[in-house]
Amino acid sequence: MSDTVKIATRESYGNIITELAAENPDIIVLDADLAAATKTGIFKKAYPERFFDCGIAEANMMGVAAGLAACGKIPFASSFAMFAAGRAYEIVRNSIGYPGLNVKIGATHAGVSVGEDGATHQCCEDIALMRTIPGMTVINPADDIEAKAAVKAAIKLNGPVYMRFGRLATPVFNNNEDYKFEIGKGITLRDGGDITIIATGLMVWEALKASDELKKEGINAGVINIHTIKPLDKELICKAAEKTGMLVTVEEHSVIGGLGSAVAEAVTECRPVPVIKIGVNDEYGYSGPGAELLKKFGLCSENIVEKVKKALK
Amino acid sequence: MDSEKKKLLQINACKIRKGIIEGTYNAKSGHPGGSLSIAELMAYLYFEKMNIDPENPEDADRDRFVLSKGHCAPALYAALALRGYFPENELKSLRHIGSPLQGHPCINIKGVDMSSGSLGQGISAACGMALAGKIDNKTYKVYTVLGDGEIEEGQVWEAAMFAAHNKLDNLVAVVDNNGLQIDGKITEVCSPEPITDKFEAFGWHVITMDAHDFDDIERAFNEADTVKGMPVAIIQKSIKGKDVSFMENQVSWHGSAPNKEQYEQAMSELEEQLKKLEG
Repeated sequence: MSDTVKIATRESYGNIITELAAENPDIIVLDADLAAATKTGIFKKAYPERFFDCGIAEANMMGVAAGLAACGKIPFASSFAMFAAGRAYEIVRNSIGYPGLNVKIGATHAGVSVGEDGATHQCCEDIALMRTIPGMTVINPADDIEAKAAVKAAIKLNGPVYMRFGRLATPVFNNNEDYKFEIGKGITLRDGGDITIIATGLMVWEALKASDELKKEGINAGVINIHTIKPLDKELICKAAEKTGMLVTVEEHSVIGGLGSAVAEAVTECRPVPVIKIGVNDEYGYSGPGAELLKKFGLCSENIVEKVKKALK
Repeated sequence: MDSEKKKLLQINACKIRKGIIEGTYNAKSGHPGGSLSIAELMAYLYFEKMNIDPENPEDADRDRFVLSKGHCAPALYAALALRGYFPENELKSLRHIGSPLQGHPCINIKGVDMSSGSLGQGISAACGMALAGKIDNKTYKVYTVLGDGEIEEGQVWEAAMFAAHNKLDNLVAVVDNNGLQIDGKITEVCSPEPITDKFEAFGWHVITMDAHDFDDIERAFNEADTVKGMPVAIIQKSIKGKDVSFMENQVSWHGSAPNKEQYEQAMSELEEQLKKLEG
């Protein structure tokens, strides 16, 4: 596992929009003075005439994206998750969501793995905010392969899509021939009869490691990758609830309103089972190296293993 | 302006005013004051200026209109109905359950180019539309109307910066300067003045205009057409509640509907004006 290639999903985002722009002249990229960080700078270099820096003005950027989409363009409005989903929330809701415009929001630097910049830039509330907007698709890809597949799928979907990417270089593990991405369809990565770990984004890798560890101790923990938080694959989640009778959710996001909440909401309607939520526990982040912060917040395989064992006691 | 043309526009402005009163009376709510102050502007845009066709409302080359001060939807709906986008009797369904005529403009309504109403947002969408026109080398123009209270929103100035930076000379933003907002006079609430200087400082070509004089409206829009390389702001000096005697310059008519008696009086005043115009 230590030989695994690592790529930050923000890098995947910058690369794939540039690649797809060759075939799709409607793709326009907007950024808010963060092109070097969000990696839209890759696009800017290749297609300067289709890149517009809106300056440090995310509210206007979202409105401009809405206007472009209303004229048939496919704008990718890019910023950090904190500003794309947080600061610009109401513009996303009223100018993009309500009119159902074909805007793709590329939100990078999500979660505590942003690292040293600290709490003001570590957005752990964006999934909660975005999934309450009617008609908004919310995708949180797990690695480079999935991030690129998500962007490709988002372009084919006519409507608003929020895509969440990370700052930290993380393992690429979906590089196999069977891999298939479909919006709204979860992926079963491990079968297991004792408990099911449902993870999203960067936590899918940690869930896989946890499952392998648990196996050594005789615990069969299934792993489901929920890359699309909305629309949620309720069928797959309810089947897992039925099969294992207990679920653990893992996300680099607040335990309020994110994957854990969405899963809990789903199972209360079909097969009520205990849902143990691993995430950021209603608190702010702080400065430090991203990888270490993930461990501090329990967003790591070790904590998943511990929580699973405790739950099964 | 040619006197026949002017008379037709005055008739249409009066009919738009009747539509505003009809709509807000039947809705028992809404915003007549600021709707009445833009009646001439709506008549001029929809019957003279804009390249639009109710038979082909999605034409990619059409001029676009975004009512950034979306609460004045009654004026937009009245203009659209009069122009033939939908039957005029639909105006009575304003704000009713099941009616397409939402309290604030909705993109699903025939002829409405953008949902709006949360103040400060329409101008950004208008910037995006103007930018799309530039990218595609199209010749259409984008018109947006803001309230003078609305420009207190910070997003308006983000958009103003963006439009000037991108040289959006296909964008015309009209500020309806009637001087009143919900809580009182704009100069007493949190003054956005000096409006002209602000837009100039942001790199816009600024024109002031009498909102209720078609000769002056034509002059202003003709000047706007000559501007190259920068967006145009037209600051229209207007009277809130214009042409309904008891509503003029009264802040209380910003967001309240006439009762039956007030409705009848307003309609009779407008009818009388219309009779004179149609002579």
